[in-house]
Amino acid sequence: MSDAMTDATQGKVFGRTQLEDMVIVPLFALVAALVLGALVMAATGVSPATIAQSYVALLKGSVGSVNAISETLTAALPLVLAGLGLALGFRSGLFNIGAEGQIVVGGLAAVVAGVALGDMSAFIALPGALLAGAAAGAFYAGIAGWLRAATGAHEVITTIMLNLISFRLLDYLLRTPFIQKEGRADPISKSVPDAAELPKLLTFLDANLRLHAGLFLTLAMVAFAYWLLFRSKLGFEFRASGENAVAARFAGMSAGWTIVLAMAVAGALAGLAGANQTLGILGRATPGFSAGIGFDAIAVALLGRSHPVGVFFAGVLFGALEAGGRQMQVDAGVSIDLIGIIQSLIIVFIAAPLLVKAIFPWGFRKAGKRENKS
Amino acid sequence: MTVLLDKARQRQTRITGGILIALGALIAVFLAPDANGVATFRLSRPTDVWPVPNLVVPGGAFVYVASALLAFFGVRLFLRGGARWSARFLGIGLSIAVAAFLVWATAGKSFSLTGMLQASLVRAVPIALGGLAGVLSERVAVVNIGIEGMLLAGAFTGALVGSLAGGLAGLAAAVAVGGVFGFVLAALVVTYRMDQIIAGVFINLFVLGLTSYISSQVFQEYRALNNAPVFRAVEIPVLSDLPVLGPVFFSQNIFVYGAFILAGLATYYLFHTRHGLRARAVGEHPRAADTLGIDVYRTRYVNVTIAGMVAGFGGAWFTLGSVGRFDEGMTGGRGFIGLAAMIFGRWHPVGALMAALIFGFADSLQQKLALLGTPIPSEFLAMAPYIATIVVVAGVVGRARAPAADGKPYVKE
Repeated sequence: MSDAMTDATQGKVFGRTQLEDMVIVPLFALVAALVLGALVMAATGVSPATIAQSYVALLKGSVGSVNAISETLTAALPLVLAGLGLALGFRSGLFNIGAEGQIVVGGLAAVVAGVALGDMSAFIALPGALLAGAAAGAFYAGIAGWLRAATGAHEVITTIMLNLISFRLLDYLLRTPFIQKEGRADPISKSVPDAAELPKLLTFLDANLRLHAGLFLTLAMVAFAYWLLFRSKLGFEFRASGENAVAARFAGMSAGWTIVLAMAVAGALAGLAGANQTLGILGRATPGFSAGIGFDAIAVALLGRSHPVGVFFAGVLFGALEAGGRQMQVDAGVSIDLIGIIQSLIIVFIAAPLLVKAIFPWGFRKAGKRENKS
Repeated sequence: MTVLLDKARQRQTRITGGILIALGALIAVFLAPDANGVATFRLSRPTDVWPVPNLVVPGGAFVYVASALLAFFGVRLFLRGGARWSARFLGIGLSIAVAAFLVWATAGKSFSLTGMLQASLVRAVPIALGGLAGVLSERVAVVNIGIEGMLLAGAFTGALVGSLAGGLAGLAAAVAVGGVFGFVLAALVVTYRMDQIIAGVFINLFVLGLTSYISSQVFQEYRALNNAPVFRAVEIPVLSDLPVLGPVFFSQNIFVYGAFILAGLATYYLFHTRHGLRARAVGEHPRAADTLGIDVYRTRYVNVTIAGMVAGFGGAWFTLGSVGRFDEGMTGGRGFIGLAAMIFGRWHPVGALMAALIFGFADSLQQKLALLGTPIPSEFLAMAPYIATIVVVAGVVGRARAPAADGKPYVKE
């Protein structure tokens, strides 16, 4: 990963290596993953005609209509937001698996704040709810960061445990009187009032289009993450401690603080992803509302080479697979879990360029071949 | 450097002391007032060959003594330091706290202690085998985040092949498929030099996707494919009649015995054979090992594949060793808890097994407590094993040392 990352960050000129890295590898990865996905379908007794039909549905459901594009973007937004956070972590040398839990606490906090601020005007309620989501996510991720900095506990394990804890915590909190919807026995939160909702953008075309103002939030966060990583002092410290923690410490940077801050910023972005879901689409918090977004976001961050712009496009690709996958399930009757297989295959091909070069040697410069045999 | 280290140690000791004081206070404030009556712990069934009388503990007195002891340990650590003792005190303190908690929950009722211990061992199995798989691969410096996926693959294969061809065939197939994923991991990180953590994440996502896909695409329709036989408990003659120890250790299914045997075998392999020495050399200093003529790549391939087979065996527990059917994502993070057990057990097979037993205990404790009907919400009880994992990883990691080359790819010159 780090080779590809340094190439992508330090290469000022967009040369052949960058082309291979940013375009050819992802393209081959997508094609190879789709081909292998077709093989999986064939192996489970799906007829060739249905396989063709399902890929047509995949295309149609992702970009085939205004509604499809709206669905693609709607699915992409939380992936991009959480992916940005994870990318920031990766750049800082932190492997944060905890986006899922940060989404849970962020989304729930946004609902609670939204309900509390519901009587205010939208100019206070919506930003307040979003901020609450970001703050909760930052705090939750900060726990893992602090544990890493203070005791050396590896963030991979602590964030996974915090994920599992957050699910139980959500189940519990959704039953507490302050959060639970009045008159309900099942775990479900109060509805987010209109003032705190992210407004729908395309209702003038069709009332069912779900794309919402989270789009602007996401674009702003892409720009913010880019600025933070590549233009700010803090981002430099993040990257420095990610590239070489020892050197960063000798340069006078506080390793502990950098870790806590990097985790907190990552958690804030994941928290926003959660708020984006509860305030923009669901309108409430329910058990399991995070729906695996935090895990898909890991793939998005890796696919985007941990670069904010790359994360955006990777998020859109995964959003398209998600939206198309639903269409595929409806049209061709193929389980949407197939999308999970395709996504994981994309990751493996992206993260192991040597593997792609071994399978498709003709797409690459000769010099690259030397690396093949070591 | 030593000053820095001492300072960090001292801080850790103080934190440990603080935790113990807080625990003591919590127990005194919340548990002591309603620990009324005696707690009865049943140790054996009346039908046993050698029945043992019940263990009867006076609730209030025990809880107060426990809280006083905790406060004493905590204050002593906080004031006097003594870094060497902090881990031991933490261990003793946590045991006292758990015992006090159990007595409080049981006060006025009766509770089968033997049954809980038996369940602890059963629940420790996948964690122990996951941890063992982690030890085997990290000893050759391959970080194995993919254990969760390997467990899931083993569970799935066990159910599928077990339904078609019987339990033993299912078990063999689960071990083989686990080995395949171990080999894939080795290939990705050794030959294709992929980031080890990403490779592990890939295996987890891929196995989750594939098994969920087949489960919803095929199993929904052909239910007979997901209906495997379950391995029954094998009673060891005479020993299984022992009070307490018999039901806990000698009346279990082959997965429990397997976990103990494999931990022993792995210890022998790693620390008493030539191959084990080579494997550890590769994990500590691959360059030096290479110079001495050890094939680093081959060693990593072999060990990580074996680790996958162990995880596949552990995965079969979920289906062939307990319910006989596969459910999507049924491993529920056990592989990751296994990794925590590996760290807690200091990268030693027996240590990992012991740590897994503690996690199994926490798991079965929360389950039995839910049955006892405590006022604590069940969600919080369910969190206990995860919180325990965090505490353990945070509390122990400073002193445990990973194999020196852990996580680093090796490129031959």
